[in-house]
Amino acid sequence: MSATINERVAAWTEDELGVTGRVLEVVTAPAPVLSTDGATVDPTDPEIVQLAADLVATMRVSPGCVGLAAPQVGVGVKVFCVDVSQHPKARTHHGTYVLCNAEVVESSRNEKAREGCMSVPDLTGDVKRASRLLVRGQLPVTGEWVEIRTDAFEARCLQHEMDHCDGYLFLDRVAGAHAIYQRQTYL
Amino acid sequence: MTDAGTLHAITVLGHDRPGIIAWTTDRLAALGLNLEDSSMTLLRGHFAMTLVCAGAVSGDEIAAALAPLAADGTLTVTVGEVPREELPAAAGTQWVLTVHGGDRPGIVSSVVGVVAGVGGNITDLTTRLAGELYLVVAEVSLPEGVDGVALEADIKAAASELGVGATLRAVEADEL
Repeated sequence: MSATINERVAAWTEDELGVTGRVLEVVTAPAPVLSTDGATVDPTDPEIVQLAADLVATMRVSPGCVGLAAPQVGVGVKVFCVDVSQHPKARTHHGTYVLCNAEVVESSRNEKAREGCMSVPDLTGDVKRASRLLVRGQLPVTGEWVEIRTDAFEARCLQHEMDHCDGYLFLDRVAGAHAIYQRQTYL
Repeated sequence: MTDAGTLHAITVLGHDRPGIIAWTTDRLAALGLNLEDSSMTLLRGHFAMTLVCAGAVSGDEIAAALAPLAADGTLTVTVGEVPREELPAAAGTQWVLTVHGGDRPGIVSSVVGVVAGVGGNITDLTTRLAGELYLVVAEVSLPEGVDGVALEADIKAAASELGVGATLRAVEADEL
């Protein structure tokens, strides 16, 4: 399974949303919304389109943020945005995009790495995740289904965000009792 | 490594400062003691270390050698003889338990009580308080025949009574 760019997703920009995003407050654990399975959404619903724009806008102003899921801004639905294009650990990447109702189709090659999260600002943890991934989800506005085949850091980011949409934090995936660390530096 | 001599458990607890481990292990090495196992962490900023070491030295001699560490009153040192435990063969199944939610008393006791109720053994445990977030991560060994999925449901039920969430996942080991 090698990563090949989905040109449709790579060409996507928030301009397609046609609305201006608002910067929202990021909620932190133990907010219950972060531990609640998010609802599936209608990607053509104007409220979801606005939420998509808000997620991108909030991600943009948050230093080091490479992905943000709706539960992190207090909305318990399966919508998230991603942009790992500037991250040094990214190999394959698709720029900025928003996915609704995303799910994993295929995954392989687990690798362990340390993760942090804006919603868990004081802790980091070692988490094993697939480094080769095929995900399907819907684009906002049109609702078209797209498949994203990716690897490395974008794959990790997608799994982290999909976990948020399902009510899981990286804390629910850590490798063991010695895989949790007090965060030493803040972005 | 030697397994000759008496096995001693040493604890050092108190105010953290650079050099405690270097100083302690230097004194133990000077007594010819072998460090067989150790664990050190900071608990709410307090230094906490447990060592198990072996050698042909009495507990009193170790205590005397380490006495300067506690002289200024900021650290407490204990030395005690412990029996050699046979390391049990890996039996049953291994799991990782995560519990997180708003801080309140009784989270650990309630959840690990469910584990104990099926004969499960906690082999490692970390708890963290970060702002309002209380986190428990435990490594759990379950006896053969215990259904991890059913146990997770019971753990989740106990956790939800406290308003926190819990997950129990099988440990994946890569055999190379």
